[in-house]
Amino acid sequence: MTAEAVVVEEKVAGATVLEASNVTMRFGGLTAVNDVSMHVREGEIVGLIGPNGAGKTTFFNCLTGMYIPTEGTVRLNGEVLPPKPLKVVRAGMARTFQNIRLFGNMTALENVMVGRYCRTSTMAITSILRGPKFRREEEATRARAQELLDYVGLGKSAELLSRNMPYGDQRRLEIARALATDPTILLLDEPTAGMNPKETEECMNLIFKIRDSGLAVVVIEHDMRFIFQLCDRVLCLVRGALLIEGTPGEVQSDHRVIEAYIGGDDDEGDEEEVKK
Amino acid sequence: MSKLTLSDETRAKHGSKAPLLAIVGGALTLLSGLLSWSADPSVLEDVTVRFWPVGAQIYVMVMGVAAIVLGLLLRKRPLWMSPGRGLRILGWTIVVFALAMALFGVGYSTGALANLNEGLFVTLIGGVLVLTAGTVTPDVEIDVRAWPRLNSSLEILIIVAMMAVLLVVVAHALSLQEWTFIAFLLMIIGVAGAVLGGGLGGYLGFIGANNRRPLLLAAFLVAFLFPFTQDGSDANMSIAVQIIIFAATALGLNIVVGLAGLLDLGYIAFLGTGAYVGAMLSQSLFATVGWKPPFVVVMLIGAAVAAVFGLIIGSPTLRVSGDYLAIVTLGFGEIFRLAMFNLDGNNGPSLTNGPNGIPGIPDLNFFGFDFGERHVIAGIQLGRFANYYFLLLLLIAFVILVFARLNDSRLGRGWIAIREDERAAEAMGVNTFALKLLAFAVGASLAGIAGTIKAHVDTSVSPDQYIFLESAFLLAAVVLGGMGTVVGVLVGAVILKLLPEKLREVNDYRLLMFGLLLVLMMRFRPEGLIPNKRNQLQFHEDDEELVELIQEGHLEEVEAMEEAK
Repeated sequence: MTAEAVVVEEKVAGATVLEASNVTMRFGGLTAVNDVSMHVREGEIVGLIGPNGAGKTTFFNCLTGMYIPTEGTVRLNGEVLPPKPLKVVRAGMARTFQNIRLFGNMTALENVMVGRYCRTSTMAITSILRGPKFRREEEATRARAQELLDYVGLGKSAELLSRNMPYGDQRRLEIARALATDPTILLLDEPTAGMNPKETEECMNLIFKIRDSGLAVVVIEHDMRFIFQLCDRVLCLVRGALLIEGTPGEVQSDHRVIEAYIGGDDDEGDEEEVKK
Repeated sequence: MSKLTLSDETRAKHGSKAPLLAIVGGALTLLSGLLSWSADPSVLEDVTVRFWPVGAQIYVMVMGVAAIVLGLLLRKRPLWMSPGRGLRILGWTIVVFALAMALFGVGYSTGALANLNEGLFVTLIGGVLVLTAGTVTPDVEIDVRAWPRLNSSLEILIIVAMMAVLLVVVAHALSLQEWTFIAFLLMIIGVAGAVLGGGLGGYLGFIGANNRRPLLLAAFLVAFLFPFTQDGSDANMSIAVQIIIFAATALGLNIVVGLAGLLDLGYIAFLGTGAYVGAMLSQSLFATVGWKPPFVVVMLIGAAVAAVFGLIIGSPTLRVSGDYLAIVTLGFGEIFRLAMFNLDGNNGPSLTNGPNGIPGIPDLNFFGFDFGERHVIAGIQLGRFANYYFLLLLLIAFVILVFARLNDSRLGRGWIAIREDERAAEAMGVNTFALKLLAFAVGASLAGIAGTIKAHVDTSVSPDQYIFLESAFLLAAVVLGGMGTVVGVLVGAVILKLLPEKLREVNDYRLLMFGLLLVLMMRFRPEGLIPNKRNQLQFHEDDEELVELIQEGHLEEVEAMEEAK
């Protein structure tokens, strides 16, 4: 571990929530993620940057059990996570998607209520008989979902179909849905993609608010200004491998990062992102 | 329909003429009922005599009166009504009515269009005028706040009255035959469409939503009273019994297709499973199993066996989705039929008597109440099918209860989430595989219970009752009525089972007709005849009025919740 990393550890004092060690993901001959390690502490916001195709989303998928990593392990609160999305969510890791994946024909409220699924337990017979337990749980689910909608600022849109909501609202609804699973760590995959500056700022405040409530947050983002303002620590992935890890200041000034975005033969569309 | 509506300017220009047009059109329609329709007295209960309206002629006069009333309402419109829309629906129906009666009711039935007399031409002109009136009327926004607020006992009275009307309408409709039946059906569609589409629909829905329980009770009371209108005749009751069995099965399928979004093309096999279980464990001399448990136990076994079949077919196949699942379930349906065809002792265990099936299944007998005998209650005779009707009514109440409660629960939301985006659902902690299996098992067991009763109703079970076409019809009922709803599927089942029975003349073309019907549905009303609010939004997302209505309802709810705290 480098000297910079030690400094960071001193700055944020909290228990390690997520620890991914030596995660490698190969698809046939292609190594999408190569030996990446990452740890996230309680109440910390960690950024994950890198040019297009660097393997950021693949890394997320490895963390959340959507892919089974070829090598390496992921630990959440000290326990090794099985590579099953279901169990990962139950263990306390929730995510949003790069291309929004809401349940389009459900209302905003119902979307969030689905997020409560893994924290509730009524089964078929109880649902049909409608005992007091069912009512209590159903009411609690509804109340919690409405509370989360208010939390992300969508309280008045509860009965809108999620597919008909404005783009920025959909992103926030996805966050509310993820929060409904009572996570200890939240993974956000490009939460501000397609947002205007005002929405981006609101989104940043929302992430700060989530962090302040005690959650750890990992953010993938292309908007450099956003990521350097937001994060306590930034990791830069290039071609599947970890290039550098450090404070926003360190990563921002590292010539290799700039090279990776501008100089290399990676996607040229990213140049503009850096200039911001 | 959007192409057929006029621009706002045209409407503003000609809108003032609409009331007159509607009244004249209505008067012509009314008059046409008094004229002669046909030179041949053998069709439509003799419509040759002038100024002596019978059957279909009376129905057309009712539509004429409705048009006149709507025309008068156009002059002085209550804020919560939109008579223009009502007139459009009524106009279309009168036109279709005139064409259907002229071409088929008289022309096709008598063999020559030359038998047509002046009456239906007048009807057609009246219909076109009414339609024009509706089309040139400027669209108005219905002000939902102007709905009259009544006290709750009065609202319940309205519901009861509505249900009473429904009972009379259904009883009368079933007493009719052939084209007179179609004429009556068209009249009901026209008048009900005009009244409901003209603004009362929203209001009645509002009343209904305020009084869910009384509405449900009243609906079941009407269904319960229906056999008493049949005067001991089994003709209509046998149709009603088949409709309920079909509807119960379709509701089970609706869990799989409508909620969980899994396309199942072999669903009839689960009904068949129940029927064979019922037959094998019955007192029939041809039953292949020696054990004769009481019928309640048979029903439970039927449900359990069907559920196990559901799990067996489900656990390997639910890993595939979409088209693949459809093909696999289609294959399962055929395997079931062929297996029943072959388990006759020659090719395997002797269970089903092969193609001969299991005949001679005796009627049920509950504590001395013999379902095969006539009973007299309050002086009214009730035949064999009426007895089964009451039993099936209990069954469908149970099926509706299971469906509605599962739909509105954690599991129902999980199913819909899977239908919407399976990967995302999994990433949000929904146990997709277990939930899909559950959908298969619950749906199958409901069909299984229906099957055990069906075995006794039909008195015999054979493999050729469970062909692919039946599965397709079940699916058609679900799609036609509205996926994921109860009332929609009930309506779909009634349409698909009742029309072929009442229109034996066109029975040969019924597949063609249903195919056409489905194609037209997909074009004009893809959400089904009676959609749920969610689906309606899905297909008409630009309907701001609807969106507002739903949002308003929710905000009121939230406020009430907060006040309660």
